[in-house]
Amino acid sequence: MARALGLLLLGLVAVAPFVPMGGIRSYVIHVVIQIFIWSFIGTAWALMGRFGLVSLGHGAFLGVGAYTSTLLWNNYGLSPWLGALASVALVSLLAVIVAYPCSRFRVIGHYFALTTLAVGEVVRLLIIAERDWTGGSLGLTLAAPSTPSSLVALQFADRRVFYYGMLVLWLAGLWVWHRVDRSMARSAMEAIGEDETAAASVGIHVTRFKVGMTVLSAALTAVGGVAYAQYIAYVNPETLAGIGVSLRIVFAVVLGGMYSLLGPTVGTALTIALSEYLRVFFGVRLIGMAETIYGLLLVLFIIFLPAGIYGSVRELLRRRRPASAPATA
Amino acid sequence: MIEPIFLLEAALNGILLGGVLALLALGLNLIFGVLDIVWIAYVDLVMLCMYCVYFLVMVYSWPVWAGGLAGIALGVVLGIGVHMIIITPILNSPPINQLLATGGLLFFLQSFATFLWTTDHRSVRLALPIVEVGGMFFSFARLLSFAIAILAMLALYLFLTRTFIGTAIRAVSQDRGAMALMGADPQRVYVVTSAVGGAMAGLAAALLSIQYSVHPHFGAAFGPITFMICVLGGLGNMVGAFIAAFVMSEIISVGGVLWTTEMGYVIAFGLFIVMMFIRPGGILARRE
Amino acid sequence: MLALRDVTAGYGAFTALWGVSLRVETGEAVAVVGPNGAGKTTLLRVISGVIPPRGGGLDFEGRSVAGQPAHVIVARGIAHVPEGRRLFPLLSVLDNLKMGAFLPAARREFAAGLERVFALFPVLADRRRQRAGSLSGGEQQMLAIGRALMSRPTLILLDEPSMGLAPVMVLRLFDLVRRVREEGYTILIVEQNVRQVLKLVDRAYLLEVGRIKMEGRADELSEQDFVRKAYVGL
Repeated sequence: MARALGLLLLGLVAVAPFVPMGGIRSYVIHVVIQIFIWSFIGTAWALMGRFGLVSLGHGAFLGVGAYTSTLLWNNYGLSPWLGALASVALVSLLAVIVAYPCSRFRVIGHYFALTTLAVGEVVRLLIIAERDWTGGSLGLTLAAPSTPSSLVALQFADRRVFYYGMLVLWLAGLWVWHRVDRSMARSAMEAIGEDETAAASVGIHVTRFKVGMTVLSAALTAVGGVAYAQYIAYVNPETLAGIGVSLRIVFAVVLGGMYSLLGPTVGTALTIALSEYLRVFFGVRLIGMAETIYGLLLVLFIIFLPAGIYGSVRELLRRRRPASAPATA
Repeated sequence: MIEPIFLLEAALNGILLGGVLALLALGLNLIFGVLDIVWIAYVDLVMLCMYCVYFLVMVYSWPVWAGGLAGIALGVVLGIGVHMIIITPILNSPPINQLLATGGLLFFLQSFATFLWTTDHRSVRLALPIVEVGGMFFSFARLLSFAIAILAMLALYLFLTRTFIGTAIRAVSQDRGAMALMGADPQRVYVVTSAVGGAMAGLAAALLSIQYSVHPHFGAAFGPITFMICVLGGLGNMVGAFIAAFVMSEIISVGGVLWTTEMGYVIAFGLFIVMMFIRPGGILARRE
Repeated sequence: MLALRDVTAGYGAFTALWGVSLRVETGEAVAVVGPNGAGKTTLLRVISGVIPPRGGGLDFEGRSVAGQPAHVIVARGIAHVPEGRRLFPLLSVLDNLKMGAFLPAARREFAAGLERVFALFPVLADRRRQRAGSLSGGEQQMLAIGRALMSRPTLILLDEPSMGLAPVMVLRLFDLVRRVREEGYTILIVEQNVRQVLKLVDRAYLLEVGRIKMEGRADELSEQDFVRKAYVGL
């Protein structure tokens, strides 16, 4: 039943760009593309978050990823496909530089969160400080390619190409999450999350797993950054680095549910839908209202529904089915 | 090459800045160290108190000292409110929930403030003199803030070491469960701590409002640095936070003169990151 | 003075105590002995209110205290010296004792209470400004007991006070507990060191896997063969 529903939804999503919607189709596509990109990023974050590696600095990975490919294209004409590889490499290096000492020196919990926060801020500030070549707080516009649509330049005049590209990206992210969920790494990470010393004592190579998971999450986030840069064609330190965007990613994931496959997607979809709704229907009059509401919602959710919307609904449905009673401790 | 006089001025200004940052950090340290809860929205509470001072002084023409006292009172109310409404229900949840719940509060406060008062910067305009000492210029507002900050820190220190409830707060930070066995209702201790922490926030707000303009994202500007000072000085360690505040403010101030403001912050944050690796317990690590 | 009737208690899905009944009369010294994991610490925690009982009755001086929070039970007159002492390591000896006198009634009599503790444990008077964490094991145990005395209790619960102490210190410790008892306090002591504690108390209970297996007068119990063999003074 759930699977049929899921496939139906997927089918709808797949054909949406061709469904007549009056004049708003372009807008809807735009919103859904952003949902794809940010859900992808959120899912990447959740790879770490679900195991207790709560990072408040994913803006660092996002920013470095986006700026790397953008700068390489703008200054050297390097195709974003290759630029993405450079982004991933650079961000992976950054992730190792952060994660390895953290693991080695047992920087965990609050401390880890604050360290990542600092890293995110450092990236944002460096971008602003080096304004000569990064454009500073004014941001950078992605140079247009010689033809309006170019696969090499990864820029397309028809939004629908982006739509399907990001759809694939989003699905790819889900696939990675799913594979991690099914892997040995998951059990190892859960053991580490519960008791690092105990995990180490049974031979789990704690550092390798923690660093590995961080690098994976960071690399995917970097790809998300590149995707964003290519679609929006403009990068800016406030939207892509720093505490603001990092927190927004975290909140969307928590709202939807950190521990489930579709949780980050649901959370992201809801937050984006909410802000768009408010923006469209109330315009400038209600600037800040969207975030006010989901700040409030976040507090309420943490107190009453810590599994997030998706997680709680799923739990509710699961309990309704008598055959699959879960074993209690 | 920078003239030495500017370096000295920057260094001294750094000390003054350190005083206020230390005050800001102390309130958070009290809550962070005692309750072991991350009030990520702490500096946003300061922001609210700053708006309070602003409106009372600039719109309703209250005298500054009265506005300051009102700010402190608001701080107390906010502190207690946050603890009772947000923290108490999730006291026994995994720590990440506490960080996220107060993070939601942060979002809420910053956005609501934007909605209510727009992103315009508001400043409390006081015609306070500039003091000149040997070719270097210092704002009187900063000097005053520094002096009051030092006094407040002394008062807090005495409160924590000499009074009964202050000792109880320190005791709770060392062993929460044992306090209950002494006949102390932990909730009472928490509420008092939240009130004192809120009062410190209000006091910091009063002093900051005569030096900086307030805007909804003030918390984003000062929040991270305040947290880092607390952690750098060792969670719960008042003296450590003091020292860390001065270290950070010196780096920011001098770095800002030698390079750019942003680079000053980058170096300060970089130092924080490195300290996290080398001595996660902070400069004066005292906990295992 | 203290009566447990059929008390059941545990942690989460795990039940540690099954229908435990015991009583302590005013002025008595009673011991609860048993092997590791028997539930002895849980028993004291239920009495002092740290964990609530799931079933059964718990009365102190005629009134029920079942389910009351810890700080209320302390106010009623029960002081709990926890396992591992749980002093405030960075506070001074004096500050630890101050914390013991947190209750308003105790605070009023703080000076008198302090004198009494220092009379019982003179070494604490000498070290009053020293950090509690820097005291020796024996001194820490004395401080823990002294701290409990500051709350002006009528019943004192002692959880494995001899744990971690050198044998010579253990003898001194039990001596001190005897003196405390002589001051008029009622004592309920949980111990693994069966031989020593039976010399100290009037009656004892044997707790095994959450149930009372035996009870009786201390001198009678110490004659029991299996007690001697199974729990030879650890």
